[in-house]
Amino acid sequence: MQTFDLEREGLRALNSSLHALKGQTNMTAWEVINPKGAHAIAAGVDAPVDITVRGSTGYYCAGMNKQATIRIKGSAGPGVAENMMSGTVIIDGDASQYAGATGRGGLLVIKGNASSRCGISMKGIDIVVHGNIGHMSAFMAQSGNLVVLGDAGESLGDSLYEARIFVRGKVKSLGADCIEKEMRPEHLALLADLLKRGEADGKARPEEFRRYGSARKLYNFNIDNASSY
Amino acid sequence: MCGIVGLFLKDPKLEPQLGAMLTDMLITMTDRGPDSAGIAIYSGAKDGLGKLTIQSADPAKDFKDLDGDLHEALGQPVTMKVKSTHAVLEVPLDQMEAARSALAHLRPGVKVMSTGDCIEIFKEVGLPKDVAARFDLSKMRGTHGIGHTRMATESAVTTMGAHPFSTGADQCLVHNGSLSNHNGVRRELIRKGMTFETQNDTEVAAAYVSQKLKEGEDLGRALEATLTDLDGFFTFVVGTRNGFGVVRDPIACKPAVMAETDQYVAFGSEYRALVNLPGIEDARVWEPEPATVYFWER
Repeated sequence: MQTFDLEREGLRALNSSLHALKGQTNMTAWEVINPKGAHAIAAGVDAPVDITVRGSTGYYCAGMNKQATIRIKGSAGPGVAENMMSGTVIIDGDASQYAGATGRGGLLVIKGNASSRCGISMKGIDIVVHGNIGHMSAFMAQSGNLVVLGDAGESLGDSLYEARIFVRGKVKSLGADCIEKEMRPEHLALLADLLKRGEADGKARPEEFRRYGSARKLYNFNIDNASSY
Repeated sequence: MCGIVGLFLKDPKLEPQLGAMLTDMLITMTDRGPDSAGIAIYSGAKDGLGKLTIQSADPAKDFKDLDGDLHEALGQPVTMKVKSTHAVLEVPLDQMEAARSALAHLRPGVKVMSTGDCIEIFKEVGLPKDVAARFDLSKMRGTHGIGHTRMATESAVTTMGAHPFSTGADQCLVHNGSLSNHNGVRRELIRKGMTFETQNDTEVAAAYVSQKLKEGEDLGRALEATLTDLDGFFTFVVGTRNGFGVVRDPIACKPAVMAETDQYVAFGSEYRALVNLPGIEDARVWEPEPATVYFWER
């Protein structure tokens, strides 16, 4: 286990040590102590390592993550796991705005609540939120899955493309072109797998969710739909 | 981008450390606002006395014998404590308006930063750490306080353009964001009798809240009204004689984190502003909801 005291050694030293890990490495377990809300902790990692951050983080923790498993033993600031490519990010607490934004792959698990714009413009990432999500979540989401065990805020899935959204609780309102869709057996199977990987299988069953997706009316501009944009 | 910090103490034992805690929080927010910084601190009122915090670009000249000159003008004793470019005048409460007019006459170059029986405001251009040192902020005591680090967008980097803005007795407001309808609202408020020192959008928000309070609304309702009448991006933190409030616009893209323990309620633009507060590990930490008013009063 490599223990890194962020307060003493600094962010640049941490991230350059993590960026130096390439391919196979013996240093597979890392612990970051005293994060104290610092920005960009463990951003840009590209190695199959396990990193535990003991405390809350600031902007862009685990941004652009590839391969790594990053656990935050606290809450995460804005843009956690932004543009994640692969790997797993697990947050024990809450996540601030635009968690998992533009993510292209991997799994983001938020055990508390996520605030506004969760999964905005997601492009293949899977996001499992144990609590609630804020307004404008999954705005223009292109692909991937957003699973919410709690409630969703206003304008869920506005201008959605092909991402799937599953919500167990109430949805305050759906955004333009986002509609409820039938839950078919393949969706139940997909959800069962995501709940398991998202450490939520003890908390919720796939049958309890509703599925939301794109009505596909706003893909191309059509003057008859002008009022819906 | 700007940085906001705020502390509302519930435990009187922390009052001697209010300035030190707020200063530490303020300096942490330097990279959100390196242009200028300011702080409003509320400390217990003295019986029958009010405070005027004033500022001068030429303190050596303006503050020289000012207490004596005011004493002569008002016929009442006036005490003055000079801190760099600012000074706090203590005058009998019933003489506050008279003191203000006398000031305008005696020292036309002097600006009034705040009036009231417990508020003091200190703000200047420069890095937060330099502003804090200039006014010895860390030595100040008080019951609650608000600080701001500014990265200017809407108006010039000047002392008067720094936050907090005070537009009513013991009231102040700081802002992260920018308003788009401030010119219209300013015109409306001028018609209602408010006066303005700057072209700044935040001063309009402060005056808007002051006007609502003057019309008899409570702090919660006054903040609620900003959601319908002010257009733009904002996270506001406001202080009154006995209260502390927070509101974010419905889009809420300007960050905000709050923490509460038995000892205090704290606000920070980012969590890292809060990390050195006592007991933060066990505090309830949350992000204030969009379009939702939070306020605490004692």
